[in-house]
Amino acid sequence: MNGPAQVLRILPEVILTITGVLIMLIEPLLAQKSSRKPLGWLAVLGTLAALAASLWQYQLPPGTAYFGVVQTDAFSVFFHVLLCGIVLASLLAVLGSVPDTTENLGELFALIVFGAIGMLLMTSAVELLLVFIGLEISSISTYIMAGFRKKSAKGPESAIKYFLLGSFATAFFLYGIALLFGATGTTRIGDIAAALSTGQVSGLVYIGLAMILVGISFKVSAAPFHVWTPDVYEGAPSPIVGLMSTAPKAAAFAVLLRIAYGALPLLHAHWIPLLWWLAVISMTVGNLGALRQLNVKRMLAYSSIAHAGYLLVAFTALSVDGIAAASFYAVSYAAMNVGIFAVLSQAGGFEDRLTSIQDYRGLAYRSPLLGGVMAFFLISLIGIPFTGGFFGKFYVFSAALHSGMVWLAIIGLVNSGIAAFYYLRVITAVYSKPAATSPVNEVPPASVPLMLTLFLTVVTTLILGIVPGRVLAAAKAGAQTYASVNGNGTTVASR
Amino acid sequence: MHLVLFFIFGALCVAGALNLLLQRHPINSALSLIVVMTSLAVLYLLLGAEFLAAAQVIVYSGAIMVLFTFVIMLLNAGSEERTHGSKMAYLFGFPGVAALLGLLAFVFLSRSSSFGQAQLGEYLVTTADLSKVLFRDLLLPFEVTSVLILIAILGAVALARKEH
Repeated sequence: MNGPAQVLRILPEVILTITGVLIMLIEPLLAQKSSRKPLGWLAVLGTLAALAASLWQYQLPPGTAYFGVVQTDAFSVFFHVLLCGIVLASLLAVLGSVPDTTENLGELFALIVFGAIGMLLMTSAVELLLVFIGLEISSISTYIMAGFRKKSAKGPESAIKYFLLGSFATAFFLYGIALLFGATGTTRIGDIAAALSTGQVSGLVYIGLAMILVGISFKVSAAPFHVWTPDVYEGAPSPIVGLMSTAPKAAAFAVLLRIAYGALPLLHAHWIPLLWWLAVISMTVGNLGALRQLNVKRMLAYSSIAHAGYLLVAFTALSVDGIAAASFYAVSYAAMNVGIFAVLSQAGGFEDRLTSIQDYRGLAYRSPLLGGVMAFFLISLIGIPFTGGFFGKFYVFSAALHSGMVWLAIIGLVNSGIAAFYYLRVITAVYSKPAATSPVNEVPPASVPLMLTLFLTVVTTLILGIVPGRVLAAAKAGAQTYASVNGNGTTVASR
Repeated sequence: MHLVLFFIFGALCVAGALNLLLQRHPINSALSLIVVMTSLAVLYLLLGAEFLAAAQVIVYSGAIMVLFTFVIMLLNAGSEERTHGSKMAYLFGFPGVAALLGLLAFVFLSRSSSFGQAQLGEYLVTTADLSKVLFRDLLLPFEVTSVLILIAILGAVALARKEH
């Protein structure tokens, strides 16, 4: 695609950029004391338009634009739609739980929209420099959003910790790109694969691969690069945690899929053991860590480490099934995690009035709907049938079994068993009789935008759990448009 | 001649970086950073990247460091307080850095034959070549950087603004 029509390949990003700039321009024009929430609705509109544009891109013939820097194909469209959906649900959750008097609310909405641009670009970029810039946009916006609870000391603490460790991890990622460039002379994902298939593979490639893995493992909070997760999730506002525990991770996983299967398929014998260990350590550390937590948000942080581990299991299956399972898991995890953090935002508010599991005691008595929805998401996080979490785990573990990773599947299943314990503990608390002075008695009735978030996430989780066929088919189409690897280690360029 | 210059400025660069970490007063650290940036510029020049060297001096040693120094002076930052550091840093940090350095040095030295050769001034020498890459091949990343800078400004304002 050449000429001005190229812009169609980055249409969702362009729409979001315009939305973000509009929010920033309108914000100072509003009266000092007036509510900033209309700006949030503008962001919702922009995200809806970007979602529509992403869906529209599906009928474009697959191809690249801007001198082979971005590529639109079924894979990028799949992740674009997922990311726009997450941003939409999170914006509604913010709108539904944030008090009107919050400082810099307009900036918060602009940051969410701008962060989304970075994440979308990460999933469609086939040039590592663009991947890096997208990663930085998404990271920096999340660092800032993590610190938005300025009144509590935990907010700035969370932002500073996230920023320092995150920059350190980004440096690893960048150095990895530099080493790959040094070894192959290019930063285009397709060209790297071509250069590696003809020439001798130098040691630099292995070190570069390891460094890129370190950088991405940090972003998806895979153990042993997870230490920041509990502190950051505890300090950040709940609706923002819902966003930052799903969207940047989905984008980083998309990058990892592109790099592993697109740029370095020949090295799969080297990266599979690394990912095997990352998956095992993440699942174990995450679940054992979550067992010890009494704070709900910290528990969910450890649970998100464990879920990153489950997702990494799919990477070890060298097939279209593996990529499809990873993509499907990203969707099901996003739906339930955004949903449960929306429940926490409603119950605890922007400023986290409820923190420990004990505080949630009796939530179902105070608000049967909220308690029921919370229990539903926890059941989905366990992976019980008729929820998205079940099919997510099912596809991941069956992909691992098909490629002969029996031990990995067994370790994963044992871990799921351990996980059931701490999720059930919260469900029990939610359905116990509250004490007379319990903080749940002050939980306000849910607002319309928050109800919308809950509706969206519950429906998505149910659809994924009952009729997963269409989403799985889309994930498979995405996996197929990408170069796939067969068991012999030769690349099969399917387009 | 090249090799001599490389060793002089390479050593200067490392010494500046170490001094940056060891100094207690922020101003001294900022001044050592200037040494690092300027010696890097010389290293770029030795690699035949004149434009990059000039940009390094103007942007980093010039603009950014002046800003740094101004901010430090305006904030009137005192010298830092030393802590004992974390145990993790001693247990894992230093051995990790040493291992990484050793590994990289090993790969660069032992496998140097597999890297191939590049002539000085063969790749992206002139400003015209550079701008062709920047404004043609990498046009989109270049433009997207503006979003990156925008959110950095936005974030700085949002985090630093005083509560009413």
